[in-house]
Amino acid sequence: MAQHSNPPTKQRKNTATGHAQYSESRRRFIKSVGVSSLAAATTGSGLGAAWAESPSRETPEASGDEPSDGQTRITFKINGRERQLDVAPNVILLDAIRDRLQLTGTKKGCDHGQCGACTVHVNGTSINSCLSLAVMHDGDEITTVEGLADGDTLHPIQQAFLEEDAYQCGYCTSGQMMSATAVLADSRIGSSDADVREAMSGNICRCGAYKNILAAIQSTRGNV
Amino acid sequence: MRNFAYQRAENVDSAVAAHGGAPASFIAGGTTLLDLVKLDVMQPERIVDINDLPLYDVDELDDGRLKIGANVSNTDLAYHPYVQAHYRLLSQALLAGASTQLRNKATTGGNVMQRVRCPYFRDGVSNCNKREPGSGCAAIGGLNRSVHAVLGTSEHCIASHPSDMCVAMAAIGATVNVQGPDGSREIDFLDFHLLPGDTPEKEHALAQDELITHVTLDAPIDGNTSHYLKLRDRASYQFALASSGVIVATEGNTVRDARIALGGVGTKPWRAREAEQALVGQPATKATFETAARIAFKDAKTYEHNAFKVPLGQQAIVRSLTTATTAKHGSQTA
Repeated sequence: MAQHSNPPTKQRKNTATGHAQYSESRRRFIKSVGVSSLAAATTGSGLGAAWAESPSRETPEASGDEPSDGQTRITFKINGRERQLDVAPNVILLDAIRDRLQLTGTKKGCDHGQCGACTVHVNGTSINSCLSLAVMHDGDEITTVEGLADGDTLHPIQQAFLEEDAYQCGYCTSGQMMSATAVLADSRIGSSDADVREAMSGNICRCGAYKNILAAIQSTRGNV
Repeated sequence: MRNFAYQRAENVDSAVAAHGGAPASFIAGGTTLLDLVKLDVMQPERIVDINDLPLYDVDELDDGRLKIGANVSNTDLAYHPYVQAHYRLLSQALLAGASTQLRNKATTGGNVMQRVRCPYFRDGVSNCNKREPGSGCAAIGGLNRSVHAVLGTSEHCIASHPSDMCVAMAAIGATVNVQGPDGSREIDFLDFHLLPGDTPEKEHALAQDELITHVTLDAPIDGNTSHYLKLRDRASYQFALASSGVIVATEGNTVRDARIALGGVGTKPWRAREAEQALVGQPATKATFETAARIAFKDAKTYEHNAFKVPLGQQAIVRSLTTATTAKHGSQTA
């Protein structure tokens, strides 16, 4: 039987932005906390009516020895920095990034995977952070728009968006740039204008700056 | 969004045990599930994460079939060298679906389980027999233009099946490998999705706590060419109004074997067997293709706003067959 092994999206690989590989600690960690948090979360018949509480802005980072009842402690690396959060199962990755970690460069648009404003990289792959649970990202490496620049030096795609005037209101721009960097890093995606338009179709720009967005991406090609 | 218990499974057995029947859901990519949980259309009390399950391989079997792990992402499957070489139709269909980001998350098993896009199903309040059995169907007599079917509908539900990947699998022929508490079994892909009939809430042949572990494609037809044509309101990132996935093998100019599957027009991934039979042994000409296209839609039932899907679907069949049998355009896949 010949095996054609994929580079599975979920398994760890180098990120587009060159971060080191993730070291396997998630399973051990989940094993130790998973059972108790599951038990806590399933207690009581009123579960179905329990809605997520607004995340606390005062204590974004996990604290104490144990997460509180119904929460799971997760650790992920975001923009190269390790962060720890206690999250309820229904906390969406986008909300954890924006409300808990105060990384508000990632935008919430449709909140249903239809607009791409929330695009981030997880282990080097672009995803809609609005359609992913934070608790599923323990051990992952995440890059948001805040992680593109190198100090005061803009990432080439940021510079190109500036030079090509690739935005008007700017709300979709961080998602556009996160998709753009992933598209440019993926050798399986063609380099023609049509290929780029197709690959970028998950990012809606209500102002209609598509022509300049395409120009920015193509001018960055070979420069990242 | 409602809360739920979350559990990360380490293997197939523990995933099935953790699920334990409704109201629970497996989560892989989550692109359908979390969308519908946010809309309060799906209300799982427990979510079992299957991303650690070792279902990421694509294996060529000795009998020529291809066994695809349920967790292989739509992106990785579309770009898999073996799929691109031997199942070009599947690669084309996958890349015609959704967006780059969604394909990166969406998985093979999850795409098979994709839910319908009918706005009356998704809005959480309209009458919908799929969401609330017995409440009626607001789409019949409502706005039923874009994501509503003309084939396989019933008086209880007319929502079209949204998947592109499944159209290719229906054309290729496949087996869905599933595992439940009592072991594993195989379901023919064409028997997996159910017609709405009197029970539109029953969408598939899975038992409540069964998990899709693989989809196994039939061996490719020797010497075939194929084409996936998807027609929609915008050129990308949109569900099909009508799509046609065809696989054709010819001897000279005579059709030796043909497969036609349709998307956007049926309540399940739609295999047009009678239309295929009208092609075999006939010359690969436009007249033959038009005859097959007519046959494919002979039982169509249209609704107020979607009657255009009959000629659109017929034209999709003719054009995809023409492209597949035209050497410079057809995708040679085996």
